[in-house]
Amino acid sequence: MATSTPTRDAYVPPPRGSQQTPVNARRQMWRSRLWRFDDKASPYAYIAPFFLVFGAFGLYPLIYTGWIALHRVEMTGLDQMEWVGWDNFDRILHDAEFWTAVTNTFVIGVISTVPQLLVALGLAHLLNYKLRASTFWRTVILTPYATSVASAALVFALVFRADGGLLNWVLHFVGLGHTNWANGEWTSKIAISVIVIWRWTGYNTLIYLAAMQAVPSDLYEAASLDGASRWQQFRKVTIPSLRPTILFTIVISTIGAMQLFGEPLLLEGGAIGATGGTENQYETLSVYLYNYGWHLGHLGPAAAVAWAMLALLLIIAAVNWLIGRFVRKSAV
Amino acid sequence: MRITRTVAGRSRRAAVLVTTGLTASALLLTGCSSDSDSSDESSDANGKITLTVADFGQFGYKEAGLFAKYHELHPNITVKEDTTAEEKNYYPKLLQQLSAGSGLADVQGIEVGRIKEIVDTKADQFADLSKSIDVNDWVSWKEKQATTKDGKVIGAGTDIGPMSLCYNSELFKKAGLPTDRKAVAAKFAGGWEDYLKLGEEYQKNAPAGTYFMDSASAMFNAVVSSNAKQYYDESGKAIYKDSPSVKQGWNLAAEAADKKLTQGLAQFGDPWKAALRKSTMATVVCPAWMAAQISDAAGEGNKGKWDITTAPGETASNWGGSFLGVPTAGKHVKEAGELVKWLTAPEQQAAVFKATGLFPSNKGAYDLADVKTGKLPYFNDAPIGEIYADEAKSIPETVLGPKDADIKDAISTQINNMEQRGTSPDKAWDAAVDKVDKVIG
Repeated sequence: MATSTPTRDAYVPPPRGSQQTPVNARRQMWRSRLWRFDDKASPYAYIAPFFLVFGAFGLYPLIYTGWIALHRVEMTGLDQMEWVGWDNFDRILHDAEFWTAVTNTFVIGVISTVPQLLVALGLAHLLNYKLRASTFWRTVILTPYATSVASAALVFALVFRADGGLLNWVLHFVGLGHTNWANGEWTSKIAISVIVIWRWTGYNTLIYLAAMQAVPSDLYEAASLDGASRWQQFRKVTIPSLRPTILFTIVISTIGAMQLFGEPLLLEGGAIGATGGTENQYETLSVYLYNYGWHLGHLGPAAAVAWAMLALLLIIAAVNWLIGRFVRKSAV
Repeated sequence: MRITRTVAGRSRRAAVLVTTGLTASALLLTGCSSDSDSSDESSDANGKITLTVADFGQFGYKEAGLFAKYHELHPNITVKEDTTAEEKNYYPKLLQQLSAGSGLADVQGIEVGRIKEIVDTKADQFADLSKSIDVNDWVSWKEKQATTKDGKVIGAGTDIGPMSLCYNSELFKKAGLPTDRKAVAAKFAGGWEDYLKLGEEYQKNAPAGTYFMDSASAMFNAVVSSNAKQYYDESGKAIYKDSPSVKQGWNLAAEAADKKLTQGLAQFGDPWKAALRKSTMATVVCPAWMAAQISDAAGEGNKGKWDITTAPGETASNWGGSFLGVPTAGKHVKEAGELVKWLTAPEQQAAVFKATGLFPSNKGAYDLADVKTGKLPYFNDAPIGEIYADEAKSIPETVLGPKDADIKDAISTQINNMEQRGTSPDKAWDAAVDKVDKVIG
């Protein structure tokens, strides 16, 4: 719209001096007012559908969830709501399982995000070389991202199965014994991280690759003239240029890690999956929420967990923002 | 004039855009709330209807060919079954569907551990079956469980689970134990303590890699079920923390875990089934419906190796058993009610028993030949009709609570942790209490 404004103003017919009748002048004014109104108002009309849909499917559920969080609501009687105030929050904050879930979410988040982004950075660097059939490689690297969580988790569940699992079979073959992956405190978290890493590395690689291609090639030419090796170029040119992108992927990955749900739920599946393992060893916050709401049928605490997750995300976002500001400042 | 037209055209376009946007979002909004009924696929112009039956685990109707038979008797009715393997995955779905009032089948199976909750909270969504079935046909306590305070019957009893013990006689033989039904039963006539002693005896000479029992949680269940008072008292208060039956069951389970008498496999899971196929477990506590699960999982290759005898102890117990209810949200409530009546009538229950060993809850079935002289070929021709009917007579009338099944699951998980992860009994019990309190909410 911004570009059309001056053009339209230019099209306003020049006044014809005294020949113009007052009626015409008034009409003229009315028209220009209409234009101006159209100019100002119609953009809002164009973007309104998004906000309507967002209001219906984003904002309303958010607020309604908050409302539920203050009530006692059971899956067996959705129409009966009993006001309990902050009880539900009190309950989950005093629940050891909640804090286990918080810890698990962060641990799994870190051990899946950090290697994932490092690998993605390396892969993007490799793909940035002149390659034969580069489009092919770039497409292939994105395919894991295109598979559904469910199928990925189910395949990996077979890999990590204790009895007759592929991984145990291989380990047995090289004489490394037998691990009950889903049962262990750390092994289960590693198993889930592997699924996450497998799915998301390609996605981040492509983002990095796009950012790398935007780095001006003169920088590299200048660097190589100065005798910088490939590795030095990567460290001194590529990484600094990629800073904002890296920050972006960290934010996106953090949100993803916070909402990690399908992988832990499906690693063992069924009722065990719904509690994140028999001792909640790999229960994430989303799984905890699901278990509370859909398995035990207590919707109040489940809604409280949802709001607690939102609060945690906001805290993380704030920390991210602070770090981002710090990074930008120090980069200058 | 050109300009005027442009303005009008612009604003009209904007108006069109806005209206489309609004309509689209309105459609989205309403599309979400309407039931998206796929225009009544269940009946066509000729009055032919399809009844859906949603159930879990094994109800035995397919095995006994009952749906096909019903179609023969009522050519205009076809019955479709939708089975969920594990009940604990089935029930949350059922609750959601009841809350939403959509997605329900014409007939829904309800497990005994859930019936109290359904009776207490969802009775108004089920048709009253008391007019079509005679509750006196059932064993005394069965239909009471599905009856509301004001006398509405929301489910017709299918099977019950009188307890026995299934044992792998081949493994018993290898471990130097008796294999004859009576001799085996005599070994633990004194009760579950004796059963554990037999376990130690077994473990001493047993083939390597085999275990006396599949899971201690199953034994826990059997012990608790042999008592009238389990997790709740008559007033509806949860008393599981002090309940003597729970305590007894827990201690026995802890002992079994400690002495490593159990393979520690969660029942009905894939590893459990694989263990049955490989014959690594010598005994499984066996409510009537369990026999079918064992023969299914162990497969034809193990036919004849298994046998059935009476369960340890003097007191009879019942584990499991289900009901069939008719949600009023269904399209063919009347026809569904008739189907339920037919499926739970003595002849049909006897047919199911013959096919799968699910024991009838309808007393009329006990006098039928299929039940009275019923034998299971897979289990070395064990006279199950006799064994279960004896047991069924003395089953105590139990006090049910709304969260029985969930409490049982929560405790079972912790027993499994003692067996598999070596969690100490005290720590496991604390965790169980924590989980159960969360379940009760």
